[in-house]
Amino acid sequence: MTEAGRPADMARTFAQKALARAAGEVAVAVGEIVDARPDIALSHDNTAPIAEIWRQFGQDRVVIPERMAVTLDHAVPAPTVRHARNHAEVRAFVAEQGIGHFFEVGRGICHQVLSEEAIVLPGDLVLGSDSHTPHFGWLGAFGAGVGRSEMAVLWATGELWLRVPESIRIRLEGTLGEWVTTKDVALTLIGDLGADGALYRSVEFDGRAIAGLSLDSRAALVNMMAEMGAKNAYMAPDEDVFRYLAGRLLTRPGRRKSRGSEPGETSGKVADRLRERALYPDACAEYVAEHVLDLSSVQPRVACPHQVDDTVGVCELESVRIDQAFIGTCTNGRLEDLGAVHRVMAGRRAAPGTRMVIVPASSEVWNEALARGWVADLAAAGAVFGTPGCGPCMGNHLGVLAPGEVCISSANRNFQGRMGDRGAEIYLASPAVVAASAIAGRIVHPREVTE
Amino acid sequence: MNGPVKIGRPFRGRVFRYGDHVNTDVIFPGRYTYTKSRPEEVVPHALEDLDPTFAGRVRPGDVIVAGWNWGCGSSREQAAVCLRYAGVGAVIARSFGRIFYRNALNNGLLAIVCPEAVDALEEGAEVEVDLEGSAIRCGDIAYEFSPFSPAVRSMINAGGLIEQTRRRLAEG
Ligand code: SF4
Repeated sequence: MTEAGRPADMARTFAQKALARAAGEVAVAVGEIVDARPDIALSHDNTAPIAEIWRQFGQDRVVIPERMAVTLDHAVPAPTVRHARNHAEVRAFVAEQGIGHFFEVGRGICHQVLSEEAIVLPGDLVLGSDSHTPHFGWLGAFGAGVGRSEMAVLWATGELWLRVPESIRIRLEGTLGEWVTTKDVALTLIGDLGADGALYRSVEFDGRAIAGLSLDSRAALVNMMAEMGAKNAYMAPDEDVFRYLAGRLLTRPGRRKSRGSEPGETSGKVADRLRERALYPDACAEYVAEHVLDLSSVQPRVACPHQVDDTVGVCELESVRIDQAFIGTCTNGRLEDLGAVHRVMAGRRAAPGTRMVIVPASSEVWNEALARGWVADLAAAGAVFGTPGCGPCMGNHLGVLAPGEVCISSANRNFQGRMGDRGAEIYLASPAVVAASAIAGRIVHPREVTE
Repeated sequence: MNGPVKIGRPFRGRVFRYGDHVNTDVIFPGRYTYTKSRPEEVVPHALEDLDPTFAGRVRPGDVIVAGWNWGCGSSREQAAVCLRYAGVGAVIARSFGRIFYRNALNNGLLAIVCPEAVDALEEGAEVEVDLEGSAIRCGDIAYEFSPFSPAVRSMINAGGLIEQTRRRLAEG
């Protein structure tokens, strides 16, 4: 921690700025260990086991109830008595401790729900006992995953040590072609750089192409950086992000109070304050690696079992027969994803012997898909729907796989045994490729079933 | 169940070798993460989907030697806890998934980055791991690793993150 390494006027990465703010320092150097105070501490179904650890500290009250967010999402509605008992313990803890933000079974996946509810804002530090906490980088926040014991310590002390990571810059240029999504961008990056290509690092996206990406597709890309080993990921927030959050803050007065906004504020005023709070890396900040990716060069990609960085172009796989197609998760269970599935599947039918399972990422996504008539069309095409939440993503329930079965999924992990039996195989792809494969009964490019 | 080995002092054990990118799903399967948390519940499932014979063979002080990115994937702490309570004293790898790395040290399981040892140590080899001396010894050869910071060593010697925090809070 040399003085030379941390003058306040030195060019800094996003990670340096965000962790300096969370630690109450003017500036921090890469490699420095800081005691950070997160704006939001996130936990989900694992809240009960964390509470059990926390009780060993002998405290009556957690010290940061208003900064805690708890979502029941990983196995919902409870599939077994043990899960039900776990949920009951979580509810009792939330009531006993007066936890600030609690979301019941069916509201959706923690990362999606905290985004929709405008609980996480640009420039925030979010620590979550979930490995996809880097997700919140799509809002310009610093999100990192921690373990259960660390979360318990955070509840008891309000802070946790973090090392200021080295950063990688990824500049996005150009526009996506037809049937190409940010899932394909993520799989291309992970295939090129490896599943540990960003280990311990902050992945910071910038470039002109971001303005052309929808909010849903930004979230998908940032979310997937967890699969490259990133500590956190970040995308420079723009007016689209400020407008999205401002609209939501205005309809949630309690939220505005807890995050310090004024009663009677207009949406423009709220957006102004979000803009002021946002953090951007300095132009000449130091990165350990810099990459440029032209989005127009990306093609639909698929990750093969059992490694997310074992990727190939979809056209190289066309003899792979599938038993199940799965749409959902914090990566690709949003409205845009269901829209892509609708575009491919409406008026067609899933192949005989192929199951199509859809689990929306949140109740908001589900309601909107219902209102647009997509759910009816997709049900007619043979899809079955699960309660908003994580669904079969981690092999808990609602669509687990038998030995020898093959699934193509819009999720983020294809580890052996992840979705059920260890003898099953999982391929990862964009929602459009998953939907097209459901129609064909084998892995295909969406073009093949729509033209 | 074997129970944990004390890692503050040098300990000895045998090498179990595994490959690159071994993820937390195969170290401790996701299908158990919300129903099993206690040491006695998690130990029988240690490495279940990677090496079903592991939990029956491992003894206190044994070490895992692996390649790149050991413990990538989920944040589940049982991945570290199940190994520690099965008796594993250290995982020696080329690199670690970052949450596993934190979870391991917080639970008193040594996570050691030492590529030379990974290159050299064979399945079944007898090794001694010395935290204070920052070395892994096998026969006459010693493989050194960068010392853990004083803060990490004092946490380990205090019995892990929870015990250390408990004492700190009790002292006010
Ligand atoms: S959807 Fe899957 S990856 Fe996302 S939080 Fe849930 S279990 Fe984790």
